Amino acid sequence: MPYKTIIGLEIHSELLTDSKIFCDCSTEFGGDVNTHTCPVCLGLPGALPVLNKKVVEYGIKAGLAFNCEISERTKMDRKNYFYPDLVKGYQISQYDMPLCQNGYVEIETEDGVKKIRLRRIHIEEDTGKSIHSEDGGSLLDYNRSGVPLIEIVTEPDMNSPEEAKLFLEKLKSILQYIEVSDCKMEEGSLRCDVNINIVDEETGKRSTITELKNLNSFKAAVKAMEYEEERHKKLLEEGKDTRRETRRWDELKNETIVMRVKEEVSDYRYFPEPDIVEMEIDREWVEEIRKELPELPHVKKERFIEQYDLPEYDAEVLTSSKALADFFEETIRYFDDSKQVSNWIMGDISRRLNMENIGIEDVSFTAKDLADLLKLIDEGKISNKIGKKVLRAMFEEGKDPNTIVKEKGLIQISDEGELKKIVDKVLSENQQSVEDYKNGKDRALGFLVGQVMKATRGKANPQLANKLIRESIQ
Amino acid sequence: MDITKLTIHELRDMLRKGEISSEEIVKAYFDRIEETEAKLNSFISLNKEEAIKSAREIDKRLKNGEKLGDLAGIPVAIKDNIVTEGVKTTCGSKILENFVPPYDATVVKKLKDEGAIIVGKTNLDEFAMGSSTENSAYKTTKNPWDLERVPGGSSGGSASAVAAGQVPFALGSETGGSVRQPASFCGVVGLKPTYGLVSRYGLVAFASSLDQIGPFTKDVEDCAIALNSITGYDSKDSTSINREKIDYKEALVNDVKGLKIALPKEYFDDSIDAEVKNKVYEAIKVLEDLGATVEEVSLPHTEYALATYYIIAPSEASSNLARFDGVRYGNRVKDYDSVEDLFVKTRSQGFGEEVKRRIMVGTYALSSGYYDEYYRKAQRVRTLIKQDFEKVFENYDVIISPTTPTTAFKIGEKATDPVSMYLSDILTVSVNMAGICGMSIPCGYANDLPVGLQIIGNAFEEKKVLRVAYTYEQNSNFERKQPKIGE
Ligand SMILES: [Zn+2]
Repeated sequence: MPYKTIIGLEIHSELLTDSKIFCDCSTEFGGDVNTHTCPVCLGLPGALPVLNKKVVEYGIKAGLAFNCEISERTKMDRKNYFYPDLVKGYQISQYDMPLCQNGYVEIETEDGVKKIRLRRIHIEEDTGKSIHSEDGGSLLDYNRSGVPLIEIVTEPDMNSPEEAKLFLEKLKSILQYIEVSDCKMEEGSLRCDVNINIVDEETGKRSTITELKNLNSFKAAVKAMEYEEERHKKLLEEGKDTRRETRRWDELKNETIVMRVKEEVSDYRYFPEPDIVEMEIDREWVEEIRKELPELPHVKKERFIEQYDLPEYDAEVLTSSKALADFFEETIRYFDDSKQVSNWIMGDISRRLNMENIGIEDVSFTAKDLADLLKLIDEGKISNKIGKKVLRAMFEEGKDPNTIVKEKGLIQISDEGELKKIVDKVLSENQQSVEDYKNGKDRALGFLVGQVMKATRGKANPQLANKLIRESIQ
Repeated sequence: MDITKLTIHELRDMLRKGEISSEEIVKAYFDRIEETEAKLNSFISLNKEEAIKSAREIDKRLKNGEKLGDLAGIPVAIKDNIVTEGVKTTCGSKILENFVPPYDATVVKKLKDEGAIIVGKTNLDEFAMGSSTENSAYKTTKNPWDLERVPGGSSGGSASAVAAGQVPFALGSETGGSVRQPASFCGVVGLKPTYGLVSRYGLVAFASSLDQIGPFTKDVEDCAIALNSITGYDSKDSTSINREKIDYKEALVNDVKGLKIALPKEYFDDSIDAEVKNKVYEAIKVLEDLGATVEEVSLPHTEYALATYYIIAPSEASSNLARFDGVRYGNRVKDYDSVEDLFVKTRSQGFGEEVKRRIMVGTYALSSGYYDEYYRKAQRVRTLIKQDFEKVFENYDVIISPTTPTTAFKIGEKATDPVSMYLSDILTVSVNMAGICGMSIPCGYANDLPVGLQIIGNAFEEKKVLRVAYTYEQNSNFERKQPKIGE
C-alpha cells in the first residue's frame, strides 16, 4: 500500500464561561430566541466589545493542558466577511498573534505513543444561528452570538481516521478534565473540521486537500474521513485529482457531498481589532493557572493502575472521562473493593450509558448509591442477578438501592427453614426432574434451582437452594 | 436680554439664582430654532416635547433646593452619530433612516445624569465622512455667517447650531478634524480630547482608532464645563483610559507666563491662506506679549499625514460599516433573490457616494497582497507622526497653528473634487493620528468669516490647552461679532 493519508484538524470548542466573550450576556444553552442578547452581541451601531478575562484564562488553561507556549503578547483581530448570522460583518478572532502556540497531544496507537502537534489555540467569538422556516424564509437567533470559543488547529500529523478519532477523544477528554468546555457535539459546543488528502509514497504525488465540515459526531467524522480516503485513492489511481472543495457528511446516503468548490482563497482582510488594545499576558498569572490545573487523564490513569490495582484497560476506560473517574473514586470511598466497583461501572453501567447516549453525570443516582448496592450484594442480602435488577430501577426511578429492595421485597431468602418449605414444594411438583437427577442428569439440578428461584421471584439465596435440593434428594 | 446669546455658565448662574427657569431657557432656544432652522438645516430631528418635560423636572428639583451640576437644565444638541435611546439616530445616512437605538451612548447618559436637556440630533456628513456636511443624505447645513457657505464638517450641524444660538452647546465627533474644522468655520470653540479620555461607547464608529467625541461651545469656560461632564473611564470602552478625574475648570487661568509655544513651520506654509495666517500670527503676538515664549519647530512627517489618514480611516471604516447589511435594523431593499443580493442592493442603495468611495478604498487597502503596502505601512508612518509630536512636546507646552487652511468655502465648491475637500483637514488630521488633543477657538475674521486658532496639546494635557485658550480669549483684542442669521 503505497498511499499515506494526511489529516489535520480544526476544532472549535465553546468555553464554559458564564458570560459571553465581549458582553455580560449569559452563555447558557437553550433559552428563548434572542433573549441572551444586548447591543454588544447584536453588533448594534456604537456598541463596543470588552474582552472577558475569564475567556483568556480558559484559553491559557487549554494551552497549558495541551503543552503549548503561552504568548507574552497577544491581540484580537477582525476577520471580515458577510453572513446574516455574523452581526458586525466581521468576527473578532485572532490572526497572527494567537494566545497559544506549538503544543501537542499524545495518543496511544497500536504502534505506541504518537505525538500530534498543535499549531495554535486562539480565542474568538461564536456567531448566531439561522433557523430556516418552512415557508423558505430565514429567522435568526443571536443567543450564541458572542459565546466564547477556542479554535485548536493541529499540524497534519494524523495518518488514519482511527488516529484522528483517538486524537479527538483525547482532546475532548482533556477539555472536559480542565473544565473549560463540556464538548457536547449535539449542542454544537464542540465542532470539528477536517483537512484530508493522501500522498502516493512511491511517486510523491499528493491529492488536493478536501475540507470536511458540518460533522456532527465523532462517528460521522470517522466515516467521512474513511470515505474521503477511498475517494482520493481511487481518483489518484485513475490518474485524476481531487478538487479544492468543502464537503459534508450525508448520514443517509453514507457519503460525502460537495458543499462548495473553492475557486480562490477567501480574503478575510484581517487587521488588528482597534476596539481592543493589545494584551500582555502576565507570567505570574500563567503560573497560577498552571498550578490550578487538575490531574490530566494520562496521569490519572497511571495513578489508578497503581493505587487501585486495576488492569490497564480498566484504568483507561475509567479515566476517559473525568466524571466517570470521579464517580469511580467516590464509590470507592464507601465500598473499597475496587475491582468489583470497576466491573460494575465498566459492565452494566457503561452499557446503559451508551445505550441512552448519556454520561455518568446525567444519571439520577449517586456514587454512594452504587456503593450501597454493592454492599447489599457483598453481604449476601441480594443476589448478583437481583443486583442488576436493582440497578435498572436506580436508573429508572432514581431511588437508593435500600429503598428499592425494601419496596419491592427483594431481600434474599437465606433462612433455611423458610427456604426448605419452598424446596419441598418444588420437588413434589417436579418428580420427573428429581428422578432425572437421581439417574445422573446434572442438568436437572439446575432446573430445580431455577424453579425455586422462580417460586421466590429470584429472592432465594441460590447457593442455599442448591444445597437444600441436593440434601433432600439424597 | 436674549437668552440664546448666553453661555452655559451665564445660564447656570441665572438658574441657580432663580432668575430664570429651565423651561424658559429651553423654550427660548426652541423659538430660536424655529426662527432659524429653515435657513440653516442644523438638525435632523428635534425632541421638543421630551425636552420641555425634562426641563420642568429640573425646575422642580431646583425649586426643592437640590444642588445640581453645571449643566442641569441647559439645552444641548447631539451629533446624529451618537446613539440616543428611543430617539432616531441616522448618522446622516439613508441606511439608518428609521433606526431608533435601544440604548444611550455613555456621553448621552452622562449628560442626562447631569440634567442637560437634549433638544435634538444634528446633521452631519454621512457616517461623519466629509468636511462640509454636504454628504448628509438628508440636508445640507448652512454656515450661519454666510448661508452660501458650508459650516465645515463632519459635525457641521452641531457647529452651526451653537454659532447661530440654537443651543448653548453641542456634541460632535472627530476622526480627522470634524470638530475643530467646523468650529473654525463657524466661529465657535471646539475641542478634540485625547484618544481614550471620552468614552466612544455609543458613538457609531467611523474609524475606531481615531474617533473621539468633543464639545462645541461659545467660549472656553463652557468648553471646560462640557468636558468635565463627558470625560471619565468607561468599562464599556476598552480604549477608554482609567485615570484620575480632572476638573478642567481649574485650567481657566488667565496666565501664560513662561509657557513655551511651538509653531510648526509645516503648518504655516504657502498653501495656507495669507489672511488666515495673519490672524493667527496676531493671536500668537497676544500670547507672546503676555509672557509666553514662541519658537518655530518642525513636524517633518506632516506631508504624509493626509495620505496616511486616508488609508487608515477608510480601512477601519470598511470594516465598521459592514454591519449595515439590512438584516437586523435600518433600511432593507424589498426585492432580492438571495442573501448576497440583499446585502449588495441594500448597501448600494443605502450608502451615499463618499461612503462607498471610502469603503472601496479601505477594502482595497486591507486586501491580501496590498495590506503590507498600504495598511501596515500607514501604521508605521502613523508612529512616525506620533513621534514628531512627542519630540516637540519634550520642549514645548503647546503647539499653535491655524485650524484650517482657509475660511469656510462655498457650498458646492469642493463637492465634486474629493481630494481638494480632503485638503481642508490637512492641519487637523495629524492630531487624531497621534491620539493627542487639539482645540479651535475664534481669533478674528477674514473677509467677514471666522478664523480658527488651533492649540494642540500632548496626550491628556487638555488643561494646558484650555489655559492657553482661556488666556487668549480673555486678552484677545478683536471685535467679536455675531452671525446675522435671523436678525
Ligand atoms: Zn450581549
